[in-house]
Amino acid sequence: MAAHYPALQVVLALLAAPVCLILRRPNAAWAVATVITWISLALALSLLGRVWETGVILYPMGDWAAPWGIEYQIDTVNAFMLVIVTLIGSVVMPFARASVEAEIEEERIYLFYCMYLLNLAGLLGIAITGDVFNLFVFLEISSLSSYVMISLGRDKRALTAAYRYLVMGTIGATFYLIGVGMMYMMTGTLNMADLATILPAVADSRTVMVALGFLTVGLGLKLALFPLHLWLPNAYAYAPSAVTVFLAATGTKVAVYAFIRIFFTVFGGVEIFTAGVIPEILAVLAALAMIGASAVAIYQTDVKRLLAYSSIAQIGYMVLGISMVTVTGLAGTIVHLFNHAIMKGGLFMAMGCILFKIGSVQLDQFEGLGKRMPVTMAAFVAGGFSLIGVPLTVGFVSKWYLVQAALEKGWWLAVAVILVSSLMAVIYIWRVVEVAYFRPPPKGSAEVSEAPLSMLVPLWILIGASYYFGIDATRTLDIAFAAAESLFGGPL
Amino acid sequence: MTVELAIILAVAVPFAGAVLIPLARATPNLRETVTLVCAALLFYLVSVIYPTVAAGGVPEVYLFEMLPGLSVFFLVEPLGMIFAGVASFLWIATSVYSIGYMRGHNEENQTRFYACFAIALGAAMGIAFAGNMLTLFIFYEVLTLSTFPLVAHAGTEDAKRAGRVYLGVLLGTSLGFQLLAIIWTWTLAGTLDFTDGGILAGKADGLTAGILLALYTFGIGKAALMPFHRWLPSAMVAPTPVSALLHAVAVVKAGVFTVVKVVVYIFGIDFLFDIGVSEWLQYMAAATILIASLVAMTQDNLKARLAYSTISQLSYIILGAMLVTDLGVIGSGMHIAMHAFGKITLFFCAGAFMIAAHKTEISQMRGIGRAMPFTTLAFFIGSLSVIGLPPMGGLWSKWYLALGTLEAGKLWLLGVLMVSSLLNVAYLLPIPFRGFFSSPEENPPLKSSHDHDREHDHTHDHDRPNGIKEAPVACLIAIGVTSAGCLVLFFYPDPVYELMRMIVAP
Repeated sequence: MAAHYPALQVVLALLAAPVCLILRRPNAAWAVATVITWISLALALSLLGRVWETGVILYPMGDWAAPWGIEYQIDTVNAFMLVIVTLIGSVVMPFARASVEAEIEEERIYLFYCMYLLNLAGLLGIAITGDVFNLFVFLEISSLSSYVMISLGRDKRALTAAYRYLVMGTIGATFYLIGVGMMYMMTGTLNMADLATILPAVADSRTVMVALGFLTVGLGLKLALFPLHLWLPNAYAYAPSAVTVFLAATGTKVAVYAFIRIFFTVFGGVEIFTAGVIPEILAVLAALAMIGASAVAIYQTDVKRLLAYSSIAQIGYMVLGISMVTVTGLAGTIVHLFNHAIMKGGLFMAMGCILFKIGSVQLDQFEGLGKRMPVTMAAFVAGGFSLIGVPLTVGFVSKWYLVQAALEKGWWLAVAVILVSSLMAVIYIWRVVEVAYFRPPPKGSAEVSEAPLSMLVPLWILIGASYYFGIDATRTLDIAFAAAESLFGGPL
Repeated sequence: MTVELAIILAVAVPFAGAVLIPLARATPNLRETVTLVCAALLFYLVSVIYPTVAAGGVPEVYLFEMLPGLSVFFLVEPLGMIFAGVASFLWIATSVYSIGYMRGHNEENQTRFYACFAIALGAAMGIAFAGNMLTLFIFYEVLTLSTFPLVAHAGTEDAKRAGRVYLGVLLGTSLGFQLLAIIWTWTLAGTLDFTDGGILAGKADGLTAGILLALYTFGIGKAALMPFHRWLPSAMVAPTPVSALLHAVAVVKAGVFTVVKVVVYIFGIDFLFDIGVSEWLQYMAAATILIASLVAMTQDNLKARLAYSTISQLSYIILGAMLVTDLGVIGSGMHIAMHAFGKITLFFCAGAFMIAAHKTEISQMRGIGRAMPFTTLAFFIGSLSVIGLPPMGGLWSKWYLALGTLEAGKLWLLGVLMVSSLLNVAYLLPIPFRGFFSSPEENPPLKSSHDHDREHDHTHDHDRPNGIKEAPVACLIAIGVTSAGCLVLFFYPDPVYELMRMIVAP
């Protein structure tokens, strides 16, 4: 049984999705989705434990031997990703019940859970597979389901946001597919480990160079790398809260993972990345994202959009870490994948609570919220500290390692960008804090009224986690460093 | 009780107080009792630690590993002992004072006030006992964030703007410069522990060390070295007890304390002396001393004048540390204690003037000594100590700072200290003198006629020009204790001196 966990990890969620479709009843669908997510978390944790103890797990799908069959390859990096995705899912599900009821029409609620499970399966598939074409398939599963989830939002603008995401996401997926096709042309294989051994021999060809270009842009669109981020702000702002929490915490993270996997594993033996101009381009784009998106965030009046722009800036941190091509930098990126997932998830959950009670997340609606929703706003402030990178939070840990990596590399400008960007976070977080705590509540709404416990508890679990793993970061960092070292260890 | 337990409790007790205070919010008397008990308990705990440190011990308490290879732990050395002793003792005095002040002033949100105050003290203890730079930085930021609600206490537009400046400068410098310096030190030295003789010797060349020292010195915004001093005058919108304990003692002293710690235990006096990169920071400190004193003379608002005076006095401490001579460092450490007692007395008096006579502007304080003789006398004593005249404790720290400049062979810096002392005389002493020897009728008419409150109080005073009207008794007790402290420190500066001597000649 335990030997088949890798397959179960993806298949369970995939099969549960149509079950939700058949059940149709919101509560039943919710129950199925929740139980499946929790089981997935248990599977992911056991896989991480096994990888930690015995090393890489290889699982040929349907017993078809690689490179002809599809092979799942699980090392520390993707085992950690599986944990991040399922962990966030497990906390989001209890939260989603009340939030979804308030934000999605009742006859469509089962659709949400169905799409959520498909999305989960897609993300887990991307993380677990060792086959570049299989990765494309899962990428499409997760993307298509997320378009649907976003369009479930009550706000009419959710439809245009989803449509825009659909167009740009499809371009991204197509670019990725073209890149894969070119690699297949040159090597005749789709298996990542195989590609890694064959590619160095043909790396000098223009086809491989172009393939790398297509892969970079394609995945860049998926992870919302500046300037390919245009789909993200509206998609996050107008999607139902539970969707925003889940996508913001996992969707772009998994895309970053795919990016790392392609560059460090598939192209691991090729000099193009390590010696070429690509790292510098990435570093510049990352820096622009960190400064530009933070600056835009400062001027947002919709707090959900504000957090969305902050996410683009945070993705800049991750790409910056990648662009350094050092163990410390990559470890900083990997630990930030986790850290940002929990803190941004928590912050978007706070938005969900406020939407639930106030019905809007426009900044001027925040007046007096410090008094009206003290528990939620306290969580927002605590999460905001983490975004700023105050010590004892996870944000501090990520920043520490990224700055350290930049210092080791002698990238002074990058150091300055990281620090300036974190100071800009002070400004956009504080704008919200001032409105919430210094302006009196509007008349007639002074009484304290909080979101239900089923939303507050998950919110505080994520916020608490962003302090727990900030106070004792040794565990996450051990994993991140092991993962980074294994990525530099060459092909699997 | 073991010393280790006392150290942990000394940090924990104020935080526990911060939890208990909101629970007791329904009954103000109980709430204030919690504060007083915490303050007394804290001072007791610090006094338990003292004998060990005075005997040359360096008690250490390991807490937890935060990042791989980098732990959070406490270690009490003599300098931290001085800071902790001063802050914990003055917390008792301030708590007594606050009760009189906050009630006399009918302040709102008193529960939040006392709770944040307790957190700030806990953070100050954490800074005092920090065993490495990471631990110190954590509590440094806790101190910044916990004092923000105190600065913005009034919730008015002014308070909000002041809060923004406060947070902007303190977070900006610490996250922008100090954190960078810390991580850089970590990559160079592979440790952040406070070690005798420093950790950077041999690890950093002259240029790197110079940049690092600048990043630290300016990154420690709480030390208010110009040009990062604006937050301190802004913070004066806070209630007076906050200005007194936090912005004359705990917060600003945490800043200069950190500077001295960095100079002594991160760089090492000998290393800094050898590479000579601290010289230009001596100029910066000297400039701050003089400019801030000059600005202080132009301020009519008493608290603003005291704030600029504090900026100037803080740079004495920075200057002493940057001299990197034994006597200079001794002077720095002593000045942390001496200035604390003098300045807190002055702020207490300023607050007393405000609640008893409703006066905030110096130009309105002629003849105030007739109505408030006790407070004005205390103000005089505090002024003498800040100026550094006998028979006040302030003499000793200036004495050693002056010796330090001579030891460094910088005669002109001695000149700076002397000129600054004269400026201190010029901006502090006229206040008590005019208070005693002029009459209220000589006060110029109020310029701000739109301020009805103040005008009203002004006419009110004329009704009873000769009646004695002092601040509430609680305030007077606190004022008496701290001004007596200034005197006592003149006759018994030995504990402070001995502790500092242990640092330079272990």
